[in-house]
Amino acid sequence: MRDFLLLLADNTQILGHRLGEWCGHGPELEIDMAMTNLALDLVGQSRNYYQYLAELEGKGRTEDDLAYLRDAREFRNCLLVEQPNGDFARTVARNFLFDSWHFFFLQALCNSNDERLAAIAAKSLKEVTYHLRWSSEWVIRLGDGTEESHRRIQDAFDHLWTYRGELLTPAPFETEAASAGYGVDLHSIKPLTEDKLADILYQATLRRPEDGWMQSGGKTGRHSEHLGYLLAEMQYVQRAYPNSVW
Amino acid sequence: MYSVLIPTLSGNSMNTKIQQVCISDLWNWLETVVDPEIPVLTILDMGIVRRIEIRDNGQLTISDLEGRTNANVPVNPENARLLVFVTPTYTGCPAMNMIGAHIRLELAAHGFSDVTVREVLQPAWTTDWIPESARHKLREYGIAPPEQEARIERLLFSEVSVTCPRCQSRNTEKLAEYGSTACKALYRCKDCLEPFDYFKCH
Repeated sequence: MRDFLLLLADNTQILGHRLGEWCGHGPELEIDMAMTNLALDLVGQSRNYYQYLAELEGKGRTEDDLAYLRDAREFRNCLLVEQPNGDFARTVARNFLFDSWHFFFLQALCNSNDERLAAIAAKSLKEVTYHLRWSSEWVIRLGDGTEESHRRIQDAFDHLWTYRGELLTPAPFETEAASAGYGVDLHSIKPLTEDKLADILYQATLRRPEDGWMQSGGKTGRHSEHLGYLLAEMQYVQRAYPNSVW
Repeated sequence: MYSVLIPTLSGNSMNTKIQQVCISDLWNWLETVVDPEIPVLTILDMGIVRRIEIRDNGQLTISDLEGRTNANVPVNPENARLLVFVTPTYTGCPAMNMIGAHIRLELAAHGFSDVTVREVLQPAWTTDWIPESARHKLREYGIAPPEQEARIERLLFSEVSVTCPRCQSRNTEKLAEYGSTACKALYRCKDCLEPFDYFKCH
């Protein structure tokens, strides 16, 4: 349960942080606000998981300890969410790849035999519905837009494709979670996310990149170099001023 | 970014101690606590407070928002321990801490010192709980209320036609999926040309 909760918490926490980096840098005010609102939802969701884990542990650790006082090797998030923002197209493609998986994952998690997880999933799903809608609309708009926007979003998908495999490949603790009934069988949601992806890429006049060799390791703590830099910023205050509070 | 209204502390603890207090009073006091983001709506309009549990001399009484059950049961502010269950609108909503603090302040003003506010996620909050009276208040305030039932399948890629809260025209367009807060989208009326917030179905 511990690793499974960390996977959910770290995915949403790290992607939330990445989106927060856009604050004040969005290409338009409305997009800037949308991305920070998405960030707010994701960080809120990660808090639910961290709080639950802290309670289960019963060691007196808090949600803040879990977010701010672990090192990169202890994070269980997928490699996809820690990838740098790049240009706006890169961010949109990363979010769409994540959202088109996250939405169906949460739908399945609503049937978890763990009541608390099912409740968090049902709550999160309402928010993630809008996330998927937002990123889908932008993939279509950029893909079916100008020559330059089409080129950039296609480049973004080509670049990020290698991180997609990890979303649908279960780590041992996920297989265990699925068979114990509190997790999600990733094979069952694969066709749903594939269909969504195919539909949106088609509408966006984009080419589905070839499935080649896929990166993996995030779920077991082997991350890309980007996570370390991200944590250095995200955890700075707690590391520099231990135990400081608002 | 967030304007905060500190509620006026209504009532006077010296007076209320003498009067008999019952559960309906608790609800009436909570009715004065507003959503800091949308100050025309109270936390009861929003359906944020789900129920109150009162422990008084070992006796437990539960009062639900729906129907305000056990409204006539008396409560003694000096002994009673109150547990107020709230549900967040959005998981990351920064107003929730403020709302919890305002609930405790309001009840403290009426002599209740032992008040705990606890979050519940199940059932998940939905805009379907906002009654017509509150939708009317939203329109008056310049925010278009949710247009349909919050059903996940329909939310995805369905375009709703939103009525302008100022001129009632349905000739409006969406400018941005996310407006001033996570719960609102930004729209523009193509007849009166005013931009306005739309409270999204959730």
